[in-house]
Amino acid sequence: MDFLRPASWQEALAAKAEHPAAVPIAGGTDVMVEINFDHRRPEHLLDLNRIADLYEWEVGEESVRLGASVPYTQIMENLRAELPGLALASRTVASPQIRNRGGVGGNLGTASPAGDAHPALLAAGAEVEVESVRGSRRIPIDAFFTGVKRNALAADELIKWVHIAKADGPQQFSKVGTRNAMVIAVCAFGLALHPATRTVRTGIGSAAPTPVRAKAAEEFLNAALEEGGFWDNGRIVPPSVAAQFAQLCSGACNPIDDVRGTAGYRRHAVGVVARRTLAWTWESYRGARRVTEGAA
Amino acid sequence: MTPMPADKAPTTISQGSQTKGGIGESTLRPDGTLKVTGEFAYSSDMWHEDMLWGQILRSTVAHAEIVSIDTGEALATPGVHAVMTYDDLPTAVRHYGLEIRDTPVLAHGKVRHHGEPVAIVAADHPETARRAAAKIRVEYRELPVITDEASATAPGAVLVHENREDHHARHVPHPNIVHRQPIVRGDAAAAARRADVIVTGDYTFGMQDQAFLGPESGLAVPEEDGGVHLYIATQWLHSDLRQIAPVLGLPEHKVRMTLSGVGGAFGGREDLSMQIHACLLALRTGRPVKIVYNRFESFFGHVHRHPATLHYEHGATRDGRVTHVKCRIVLDGGAYASASPAVVGNASSLSVGPYAIDDVDIEALALYTNNPPCGAMRGFGAVQACFAYEAQMDKLAKELGMDPVEFRQLNAMEQGTLMPTGQRVDSPAPVAELLRRVKAMPMPPERQWESSEGADVRQLPGGLSNTTHGEDVVRGVGYAVGIKNVGFSEGFDDYSTARVRMEVVGGEPVATVHTAMAEVGQGGVTVHAQIARTELGVAQVTIRPADTQVGSAGSTSASRQTYVTGGAVRNACELVRERVLETGRRRFGAYHPAWATAELRLEGGKVVTDGGEVLADLVDVLEGEAVEVEQEWRHRPTEPFDRRTGQGNGHVQYSFAAHRAVVEVDTALGLVKVVELACAQDVGKALNPLSVIGQIQGGTVQGLGMAVMEEIVVDPATAKVRNPSFTDYLIPTILDTPTIPVDVLELADDHAPYGLRGVGEAPTLSSTPAVLAAIRDATGLELNRTPVRPEHLTGTV
Repeated sequence: MDFLRPASWQEALAAKAEHPAAVPIAGGTDVMVEINFDHRRPEHLLDLNRIADLYEWEVGEESVRLGASVPYTQIMENLRAELPGLALASRTVASPQIRNRGGVGGNLGTASPAGDAHPALLAAGAEVEVESVRGSRRIPIDAFFTGVKRNALAADELIKWVHIAKADGPQQFSKVGTRNAMVIAVCAFGLALHPATRTVRTGIGSAAPTPVRAKAAEEFLNAALEEGGFWDNGRIVPPSVAAQFAQLCSGACNPIDDVRGTAGYRRHAVGVVARRTLAWTWESYRGARRVTEGAA
Repeated sequence: MTPMPADKAPTTISQGSQTKGGIGESTLRPDGTLKVTGEFAYSSDMWHEDMLWGQILRSTVAHAEIVSIDTGEALATPGVHAVMTYDDLPTAVRHYGLEIRDTPVLAHGKVRHHGEPVAIVAADHPETARRAAAKIRVEYRELPVITDEASATAPGAVLVHENREDHHARHVPHPNIVHRQPIVRGDAAAAARRADVIVTGDYTFGMQDQAFLGPESGLAVPEEDGGVHLYIATQWLHSDLRQIAPVLGLPEHKVRMTLSGVGGAFGGREDLSMQIHACLLALRTGRPVKIVYNRFESFFGHVHRHPATLHYEHGATRDGRVTHVKCRIVLDGGAYASASPAVVGNASSLSVGPYAIDDVDIEALALYTNNPPCGAMRGFGAVQACFAYEAQMDKLAKELGMDPVEFRQLNAMEQGTLMPTGQRVDSPAPVAELLRRVKAMPMPPERQWESSEGADVRQLPGGLSNTTHGEDVVRGVGYAVGIKNVGFSEGFDDYSTARVRMEVVGGEPVATVHTAMAEVGQGGVTVHAQIARTELGVAQVTIRPADTQVGSAGSTSASRQTYVTGGAVRNACELVRERVLETGRRRFGAYHPAWATAELRLEGGKVVTDGGEVLADLVDVLEGEAVEVEQEWRHRPTEPFDRRTGQGNGHVQYSFAAHRAVVEVDTALGLVKVVELACAQDVGKALNPLSVIGQIQGGTVQGLGMAVMEEIVVDPATAKVRNPSFTDYLIPTILDTPTIPVDVLELADDHAPYGLRGVGEAPTLSSTPAVLAAIRDATGLELNRTPVRPEHLTGTV
């Protein structure tokens, strides 16, 4: 196995063009496990640890440009206001040691349905900026996950940035696992309210071959909120609406039975956390509205 | 964690109270700082010049005939020094085992479980060895798998072991049953007719792993005399030696063994793992060979706790007296016997728990199957039974409309009670008192997650995963109490050896203690020094590394080491003391009449009378002479259980612990937060109170893991292990670990050294059923299986 250590982003792109099968490695959270278990024996490892750009983030007007290697610890500590959903998800990643090394780029590169960042990215709305020697492009998160542990990257492309819309409303993230810390998701759910567009977005993890949005649930809830004037009147979402939303979220799952949980449990649990995260975010939205009105 | 309140610490010391660091004090572990700072050398850290790395090829199927093995390509790999299969074994002895020699060193003709060793490789780099092993081609012809009692005893069932000749073979009802032990006392059928209430239950106990953090590892170094020196992490050096030497074709004195740093054991190192393999490769290549398992291999490289199915019937009269118990316990021993027969003995003899019940009809057995081999683990057969009988006691109490603690207290055994085996419990058995104490502890406050800044998710089910802010969270409280035997039972010659030397070094009297006791984290090295200080009145004690240059210390298991090796150290110290005093009398007797007339002690480096008068300095008494004693020491003998009735004084000592569990359950998601696990335990005498608390808290957490998360999942169709990693075999993190207040009772057992009672296992028993009882209390569900999974709490199995 050759270990390629590009000193710059350009060198990295050139190396990836020359060795399209090279496996990029940054924190090594997933890659090292696969190598240690002999599940994977790439001819080339492409070490991205020397590329400083990837560890930087920039908070813009509308979105945050997050370097692929920014560790989860940094997201938790520095981007809670802008990316509350992703910050909550980051807090559930593995152990402190791994959160100090792992970043969103690795989660996206592996594209596991269990990747903790994915539901938050789906709910917030994100674009993955990838680049090759041929140039760069932005892939909407909705089009990024193409199959079990497969993504939309071409063989010569590397993930550079993730552009994530700054929160314009409350966001939540819940991960269900059988241990109170350091656990792989049995299922996970992200929810973001977007008062600016009067929409709700969701993300579901570990309950389908890829991370998915619960689109029917979103559409139902968007319509129900609009119809009842809830965005304006800030009334409590009726239990029947929350229940229907939860049921549609369960319906968006296409889970399997495995050693971590049954398909039936996953579907059930996604419904439970969908209802709860809706209650938390909506309560927070109503609270924020009251504060704003009080101030005005 | 809540440390033991200061007023609970024992204050009386039987001997040598003037010598600091004696028994009863919480002296610190000699290896503590090294372990905490990461500098302690574990067996996996060893290195030797010119050493090779060993690798084991394991079976990919659970049950199959081996049609052929082709090692050609592996042998031709550059860097490979040896490849060995069954046919390369040097002698006719090619099997080993703790009690029954049924385990092939390398598979012969057949593999009987997933992950069975088939071939071994030595190479100059671990990766080369691993790759070479992968190049060995094994052709299997698969056989049907035996996975449970039904498939094991079905007409025409394949026999896991054909032509059994072991001492249990003639007595078992089926060759796929390793050992069966009935116990009958009184007349359960007649007693059942007196019962006003009868409850029955079928219970399932999953397969738990010891999950010790230091994987199996060792280093075998060939020696000039044709022998080998094995540096190894194990629980019992001499038991290993007895099994290793005949396979190598060496006399035992040519196999030298030294204990290396052990990263936990919990029973999982009682059986051999890579010991013989490393020695074989070292002798074959003439080079030192190191083998280290990774975590994945470790899950295949040691036995686990027996999974079990248990059927119970309990009866009681309206006034709350248990009339009788009938039970049947089926333990899955997996492919090889390991400790199964002894586990059966424990499960049967301890199957009704710490209660006075005169009419019992009990049967326990262990199966041979193609599941992973199961053997020793902390609690050893008593754990499975405790889970079931405590569920039954709650059921009965509920049926009678009685408080579950009061109902238990009403039926609790005490000193003098007869066990189902007819053995009289002849030392304190404060079962009712332990329950009273644990119930009397203050309850943790409700809704601890609430704070001014919203919900603190760390205090809630789901923890940092942020699944509830208090929604659907219901509290439950449960109680359990258990009984565990201490020491090896059923007539086993359970002795230990200690060598103690006293001499003057650098102008100071120094004691040296040498035993073969495996320090696996339990703290024996701390306690031995305390005993030597107390008995010999010296400040300086050197603990020699454990090896086979001294006699056997028995196993570090069965809660026995402080009792038995501690007893041996005390005994040897007493003999040394007598000789020192003899010398003193000879030298100085003429100068003071007290030498002849008074009770003399060694204290603070001096010979003193019982009145406290100093007669001489030890330095002067010894005068450059060393006094050394090596002596075996035995506890009271035990007897085998009668094969038909199970009657017999089979156990040495019993230990008791009670728990109260407080849990909070997210009833919608089926997630559990154990808020507090309070424990009360009688330890007879706390030689080192801090270590005692550590043992109790550790055992408690291991029981908690069994209640809510720990299970090796085996596919019933293929008998293959589905979760051999810490990714999917979950053990509690610190966030899963509750507050564990501990109340230590010290009621001396007059038969034991210092009155002590083995501590390590009892807390593992009652922890699991207490948590289960609390979850039942919170949810109203029946829950007849452990560990409980979210599916069981949400109806989504």
